Amino acid sequence: MSATVIILFLAIVLLTLVITFFAARKTQTAGDFYTAGGGLTGMQNGLAIAGDYLSAASFLGIAGAIALFGFDGFFYSIGFLIAYLVVLFLVAEPLRNLGKYTLADMINSRFDARKVRGAAALNTITISTFYMIAQLVGAGALIQLLFGIPYWMAVLIVGVMMTIYVLFGGMIATSWVQIVKAVLLMAGMVVMTFLVLLKFNFNIGQMFTDVKSVTAHGEAYLMPGLQYTDPLGTLSLMLALVLGTAGLPHILMRFFTVKDAQTARSSVVIATWVIGIFYVLTLFLGFGAAAFVGHETIIAANPGGNMAAPLLAQAIGGDWLFAFISAVAFATILAVVAGLVLSGASAFAHDLYGQIIKKGKTTEAEQVRAARYASLAVSVLSIVLALFAQYLNVAFLVSLAFCIAASANLPVILYTVYWKRFNTTGAVTAMLTGLLSALILVSISPSVFSPVEGAALFVGEPIFPLTNPALVSVPLGFLGGYIGTILSKETDMKRYAEVKVKANTGYKRSGVSH
Amino acid sequence: MGVEQEKRQVRNSREEVDYVQVIESRSFKKLMRDRKKFIVPLTIFFLVFYFSLPILTSYTTFLNTPAIGDISWVWLFALAQFVMTWVLCTVYVKKAATFDKQAEQIIDEMEQGRKSR
Repeated sequence: MSATVIILFLAIVLLTLVITFFAARKTQTAGDFYTAGGGLTGMQNGLAIAGDYLSAASFLGIAGAIALFGFDGFFYSIGFLIAYLVVLFLVAEPLRNLGKYTLADMINSRFDARKVRGAAALNTITISTFYMIAQLVGAGALIQLLFGIPYWMAVLIVGVMMTIYVLFGGMIATSWVQIVKAVLLMAGMVVMTFLVLLKFNFNIGQMFTDVKSVTAHGEAYLMPGLQYTDPLGTLSLMLALVLGTAGLPHILMRFFTVKDAQTARSSVVIATWVIGIFYVLTLFLGFGAAAFVGHETIIAANPGGNMAAPLLAQAIGGDWLFAFISAVAFATILAVVAGLVLSGASAFAHDLYGQIIKKGKTTEAEQVRAARYASLAVSVLSIVLALFAQYLNVAFLVSLAFCIAASANLPVILYTVYWKRFNTTGAVTAMLTGLLSALILVSISPSVFSPVEGAALFVGEPIFPLTNPALVSVPLGFLGGYIGTILSKETDMKRYAEVKVKANTGYKRSGVSH
Repeated sequence: MGVEQEKRQVRNSREEVDYVQVIESRSFKKLMRDRKKFIVPLTIFFLVFYFSLPILTSYTTFLNTPAIGDISWVWLFALAQFVMTWVLCTVYVKKAATFDKQAEQIIDEMEQGRKSR
């Protein structure tokens, strides 16, 4: 580990601690803690969404996948981006208009039922847990590679940092860590892309020709099919990616940090531009790594290709750029896990404790205290789980989180806002069918069972053929909600009318609204 | 104040705004119709456009033919996905501004309706 790496690493730690210090002084109420008081601008929240979303899996994983598999590595980028059209067109504005702190608040604006809130909290906790383990395991492995420290120590460093941000600074600290990270990450991407293009004399056609000639795959590198050979498997993965984002609790929570639907809308637009440009640039990083680092060296450093971007930085920019990109990767990890702690904590403290156990009868001080305890508990639990999960496949955990989000959360969100007949029973069955079908199908899929020893958790023939079950579990989530609804006679036209008016106009009664 | 507590207050005061009447009003119905006419076709469009990429790459090979030098059509189609996303974002924001105006008008009517009763 060079001195430059240590200095930049400490600079990021220091900067985020300063942010947390100032955020802590501003965090007085539960509203401050969960939603930064709803006072972020569209620009700030847009950058924070990008910072929350662009994980190390995107930054290092996709650059590596493109370096190793060419076009197929790019599929993830496209799905992750177009997902924001689903968010913008169907989810962001009604969510902002109806919700307060959590997704459960939004669904409960139509159904005052504890079982609905409980199911929504269960989904949030499940999705955030899978996503969190993926991020922490990935973080541990990366920091181990970048800084040469043991896995457990890497997980502890990230774990302690995320705990400090959320525990003391809540959403204000989390948002600003995410904003700073988004700016640093984009700066790093632009510098790297510029250097890669410089090497190709800014001739993109030349870049394609050169890359084709240097990879082991030759012509096939520039064509689809190197990584994804099963058509239905590819479609299922693409479905999970495009619909999953609109159901990810830590992303949805970001929409409560702005004052109204208009600001929520402009923040999605900012996020979409930043995320889109980011994914276009991953292409140059991937190609650059394939050309200037080489397949063998990338594989030798990490079989998944995760070291492609840092190695490229080393190759084209020397030690200083390598240190900077490593530090950016570290900041990236911190920003994402902080958002996840917050979403998990909100489900425990606000939904389960505040609303279900205490039935909403809590003082502001009690709510903040509960939120802090829950953050601490969620952090400690995640760290412990991550320490034991070192050898789990990270990509599988991330795609599973997207699949559960698409199957268990998206149907209930859409039904709540857009379906007149939808009722309490339907809400519960939609959430539980989506959750259970995703979990059960994954547990009998090739990700868990493989005839080849060591390729998956267990040795055996998979009963279900798709690695990512979204193609089946998403329709099941919608179907579960439909059947549950029509089997129950309950309807509440008045309540539906109220939700419809509020979702579409942003109307809030003065004095009673938040 | 807890959410459930707020909801009780909303329920107590719900009589003041007749939401059923609002959603049956002409201006609200027009907003719903306009939104639907805009959002449904475009959502179908972007989903079809998106899924046509993996469907075409999985079941056909014609996107693999070169377009510009060594850059094949599949790359241009992938790039088109990005362009489509940004264009639709911009179009949505423009259109949503007109929905905002309609919504404002509906809220005005609601406020007046409450006062006149």
